[in-house]
Amino acid sequence: MKNKISILFLSLLLLHLPLFAQIDGEVIKAFKGDFLLKNARIYTVSSEILEGTDLLIQDGKIAAIGKGLPEENHLVIDCSGKRLYPGFIDSGTSLGLVEVNSLPETQDYMELGKVTPQMQALTAVNPNAVAIPVTRVSGVTTVLTQPRGGYFPGTAALIQLNGYTPDQMDAGFRAVLMNFPSAAKAGGYDSRSAETIQKEAEKAVEEIDAIWEKASTYHQIQEKGGEVDYYPEMAHLARVVSGELPLFIEVNAAKDILSALEWVKDKEIDVVFTGVAEGWKVAEKLSEAGIPVITGPVLALPTRKSNAYDSSYANASVLQKAGVKVTIRTQDTENVRNLPFHAGFAAAYGMGTEEALKAITLHPAELFNVADKLGSLEVGKNATLFLADGDPFEPKTQIHQVFIDGYKIPMTNRHIRLYQEFLDREMKPEN
Amino acid sequence: MVRKILVSIIILTLFIGTSQAQEIEKGDVFIQNAHVITITDGIKENTDVWVKNGIIHQIGNQLQVPRDVPVIDASGKFLMPGIIDAHSHVALGAINEASSPITAEVKMEDVIDPFDIGIYRALAGGTTISHAMHGSANAIGGQNITLKHRYGTFNPDELVMEEAPRTIKFALGENPTRVHGRGKNLQPRSRMGVEAVIRNGFEEALQYKESWEAWNKVKDQKNNRQVPPTFNSRLETLLDILDGEIIIHCHSYRADEIYMLIQVCQDYGIDKIVFSHVNEGFKVAPELAKYTMGASVFSDWWAYKFEVYYSTAYNAAILTKNGVITSINSDSAELIRHLYHEAAKTQRYGGLSDEEALALITINPARQLGIDQWVGSIEEGKQADLVLFDKHPLSIYAIPQMTWVDGIKYFDREEDKTDQRLKVDPEETLEPMFLHADHINCMSDVDFYFTGFGRNLFEHNH
Repeated sequence: MKNKISILFLSLLLLHLPLFAQIDGEVIKAFKGDFLLKNARIYTVSSEILEGTDLLIQDGKIAAIGKGLPEENHLVIDCSGKRLYPGFIDSGTSLGLVEVNSLPETQDYMELGKVTPQMQALTAVNPNAVAIPVTRVSGVTTVLTQPRGGYFPGTAALIQLNGYTPDQMDAGFRAVLMNFPSAAKAGGYDSRSAETIQKEAEKAVEEIDAIWEKASTYHQIQEKGGEVDYYPEMAHLARVVSGELPLFIEVNAAKDILSALEWVKDKEIDVVFTGVAEGWKVAEKLSEAGIPVITGPVLALPTRKSNAYDSSYANASVLQKAGVKVTIRTQDTENVRNLPFHAGFAAAYGMGTEEALKAITLHPAELFNVADKLGSLEVGKNATLFLADGDPFEPKTQIHQVFIDGYKIPMTNRHIRLYQEFLDREMKPEN
Repeated sequence: MVRKILVSIIILTLFIGTSQAQEIEKGDVFIQNAHVITITDGIKENTDVWVKNGIIHQIGNQLQVPRDVPVIDASGKFLMPGIIDAHSHVALGAINEASSPITAEVKMEDVIDPFDIGIYRALAGGTTISHAMHGSANAIGGQNITLKHRYGTFNPDELVMEEAPRTIKFALGENPTRVHGRGKNLQPRSRMGVEAVIRNGFEEALQYKESWEAWNKVKDQKNNRQVPPTFNSRLETLLDILDGEIIIHCHSYRADEIYMLIQVCQDYGIDKIVFSHVNEGFKVAPELAKYTMGASVFSDWWAYKFEVYYSTAYNAAILTKNGVITSINSDSAELIRHLYHEAAKTQRYGGLSDEEALALITINPARQLGIDQWVGSIEEGKQADLVLFDKHPLSIYAIPQMTWVDGIKYFDREEDKTDQRLKVDPEETLEPMFLHADHINCMSDVDFYFTGFGRNLFEHNH
């Protein structure tokens, strides 16, 4: 009986969310339950699209997918005419690490020093960052959040956009980041000569080689049971050398990509290239090397004045067609919600909707070794998914409900509350 | 010797002759069988648009045109008016004259750069007109210039939209108080100071006017021993604002500062004012609707600085539903390439109709720039600034195919030749690479004031 009442209460809550949101002091929290999503068009991503199909969420997982699943005591959500997608994954952001971009005291993405691989992004993720609810109502449920700066800025973490502590947000993946030294002339301010730029880049690679050598030595000593001093930078890099942690290398200019390919050649490590803004110039080489790529932002200027106006839009498609495994990122903080639009532009400029969809779902899940939990709608995977009334790449489409790990996410945030408060406002009466 | 002089004179005359004869190029084109999105008169299905000498001559079905008019088969495609960006810094060689809290005398007209590749990229996104603005360093900045994207000319004057009225940049809040107050220890240091600077400027202009009036009364009198006042182009400009000859476009974010300037304008009888960025405009939407020429906003930018922390992507929708003339602008060399997409976001955030969303980047910015009688919609008699899309322009999958200004085609996706630069520096051995952080923005040319604390402040700063 008690159970029934609580179900009744919850259903009322479901039906009247907007109303409840306006009650003074009312707080809407994410809550877990058994949800039966009835009669949806299911975009599984991993296999075909399922028409008129139900999806059952139980204990945070997708418990069943099929037609006419029994309603039992589940909270039923009618999904007729709507679509279900796996939660979108942004493979490169600063979400949670920055609150207001121009205020240094709210920037936690950069630590002092060029070599700080052991700095953990997850430590500095603010679970209550205002941008998090702003992001997740768009269907972006999971992001890689990254430190920046120097040769080895730190360790990125995959987080899901629900939870009260960083631990609760942890989606179970880490990658050590590296910025590959650039031999490109950096924008308008760079007044160095071509020779100087080349020399400085080569010197930087030498420095990185020396660091790498040190880390390898550290690893070898450890492996052979030798004593090592407390040296957290090297201890962490040693885990990359050993292959325990993957290395994500940020590299953008075509020339630098070729150098980076050369650099990773004899290193038996798990590597992903990120950025890769000029990948379209060396797509075949990337494909041959079999290195996966995280590229973006797609909505970005061409890297050079001489490049085609649409080179950034088309980059992901060129890479994908050359056989590179492509994942898309926004490289944003407060507007990670635009991930589906970045994917949409990539789709329009050659990639096609299906591949672009994979580039923000299944591909990143595979890249981050979490494809057993995320990236597609399959029984046994996490119930991290969303309900939309159309193609989620289209701006016109409304995202109706998001679930993260089986939690029903409140479809509100500060942007929406401001809308509700100010849409209709009285003016000061005239005297 | 005489012969030499004579030859020089002839050459000189020829040169002057040709430069005077330089007329803005206008074109003819017949765009057949398109979905014509007129903006002011709905969508007309399977309709022809005949452009004659740069003007939309006729709109209708199965029009008969002379054989020499180039024909574009637009079957299944969407034709809309060229997109208008009410806040841009494209094609400018300088942005801020940050030397004083008031610099009304400077003109962006003097720093037009016709070689900026950004013009071509804007055309490739369907944007045909941009409002090239002074930056936001000063409470009263310089005079802006409205440009038509006639890419290819080497002559800066040919980019100017001659018909457009004069406009001027104002700026409130963090930028002027940082540059002058914090940067140079000059008023304004706070939002109180910004109001004072603007009011003092107008008062000084009125005194200046009185001194001229006094002079004009006595100047022809016999035995007049007075000296005339000194001509001051800064105060002349402020007087022109007070006389309603110049439209103010004001960089602003917070509701209180917007409300302040509305009140100042009311006190001085100014109604030609548009608020730009205006992230908290939604909080004073009824006032904006009643007292101003509207608000020009970002679709979704927020949190890049503190004064935009309490923003909402629903801003454009709230403003529109409150009857404010609303436009969406770029303020960015990147966004200017897809304003149609920025406009589409108002359908996600606030559910605007197709008509309302497209007005945000066409007729509404045209009204805010005072050019709506010539551009901003597809109507007979208007200038033929047009863009043809393969799909509905509010769809994420839409790609601009061709763009015309004055009936001349300046962009064609099929004929795009990759490198579209007009000039290449012969001494350049290494072409610079620009990653996304390198946008031109409102605070360009002022960072030298801040070598002491964090140039990175300007990475993403408007």
